[in-house]
Amino acid sequence: MSGAHVSSASAVGTGLRRAGLIAAALGIVGAVALFAGARFGLMLAIGLGFGVALEGLRFGFAGPWRAMILRREPGGILAQLLSIALVACVAIPLLAAHPGELSGAQAPIGWAMIGGAFVFGAAMQIVLGCGSGTLVNAGSGNPVALVALPFFAIGSFAGAYHLLWWTDLGALPVLTLRGGAGLAVTLGALALAAALFWALGAPGKRAIPRRFVVAAVILAALAIGNLVVAGQPWGVVYGLGLWAAKGAVALGADLSGSGFWSAPSSLERINASVLTDYTSLTDIGLIAGAFGVAAWRQGGLSQPLQPYPARAWAAMVVAGLVLGYASRLAFGCNVGAFFSGIATGSLHGWVWFIAAFAGAFAGIRLRPLVGLEVRA
Amino acid sequence: MTRGFTASLALLGVFALVGVDLMISPPNPYRAPLVFALGSGQASAGGFCGALPQ
Repeated sequence: MSGAHVSSASAVGTGLRRAGLIAAALGIVGAVALFAGARFGLMLAIGLGFGVALEGLRFGFAGPWRAMILRREPGGILAQLLSIALVACVAIPLLAAHPGELSGAQAPIGWAMIGGAFVFGAAMQIVLGCGSGTLVNAGSGNPVALVALPFFAIGSFAGAYHLLWWTDLGALPVLTLRGGAGLAVTLGALALAAALFWALGAPGKRAIPRRFVVAAVILAALAIGNLVVAGQPWGVVYGLGLWAAKGAVALGADLSGSGFWSAPSSLERINASVLTDYTSLTDIGLIAGAFGVAAWRQGGLSQPLQPYPARAWAAMVVAGLVLGYASRLAFGCNVGAFFSGIATGSLHGWVWFIAAFAGAFAGIRLRPLVGLEVRA
Repeated sequence: MTRGFTASLALLGVFALVGVDLMISPPNPYRAPLVFALGSGQASAGGFCGALPQ
């Protein structure tokens, strides 16, 4: 067989594989829309979009923070702030105009929230994945994320189980920037933060890579779609905790000892289909979308797995639990608190950002100590 | 072992989760909300990371 024939057969195989991926995505979204409801099918499609955008454009939250701290490259963080600003321009006015139909990512600022965000920022740098990052990485075949994910879910469940005890330690009322003035303050603060990161960036490394700009715009569009369709912003960790809660109940666990999980709204969601929970649907979409991108790429799934020492595997388990638990105390991860919180005017999003970024410094120092990378 | 193995495990985990959940809590499409929350006139009622239980 000639080289031309081999090349032609390979191209046909790639085309068929990619056509199969598109057909599978459309089929699964259609099935969810048919058997659960059109809104839920659309939410799964939005989740797939998040997964495709994050994996396809190699964009995320943990990596850009690491690049800023270690190499003074602010491009990734600037893209995150750009995306948040784009969402805020639509979300804050929409929330003001439709308060009964739409809700923002509002949460109280408190001691446990600040501590949780700091610890989350540290753990995020140990596994190099936040809430969305862990899902995307697991879907694209990263073994660290795959091991951390179930423990992330268990940690999220446990954090929610104890959440009311933690918030009783002291918290302010929910503080929200609303309306035109709220949007102006949010955009001004985002511009100030961007200017600070730009100034701290190393000369010659301050530009935002084009793919990050594209990712920022796509993520913003999907996040606005999430708000318009679901009536609530993009979130991640609630869904993971719900999966573990469903598992616990299926195994006979009694959740009456938890004020959070025994509340009527929580019980209703535990007993409802996972295909009717918005964060679950976008979480599933993140995993499946990332898988789709990895399978779409030539050789994306054929890369050999990197070996890790035993203490690294143990660290992944602990970091997964910590990520999940801390994210519930912090009222969200990079997505639910930082991205959606700031974009919908919640002041807790800003406090989360500062605390988690401080924690990221600690996490970067801890990562080589647990065997997840060669020490510099 | 390649990333294809671990990625497939992740996808299998999702299918297992949804499959078991479908047996325990099947959805009812006849009780589904309108496609868009915006303009539906219905209050947002989904679970979220920042929300305390009601």
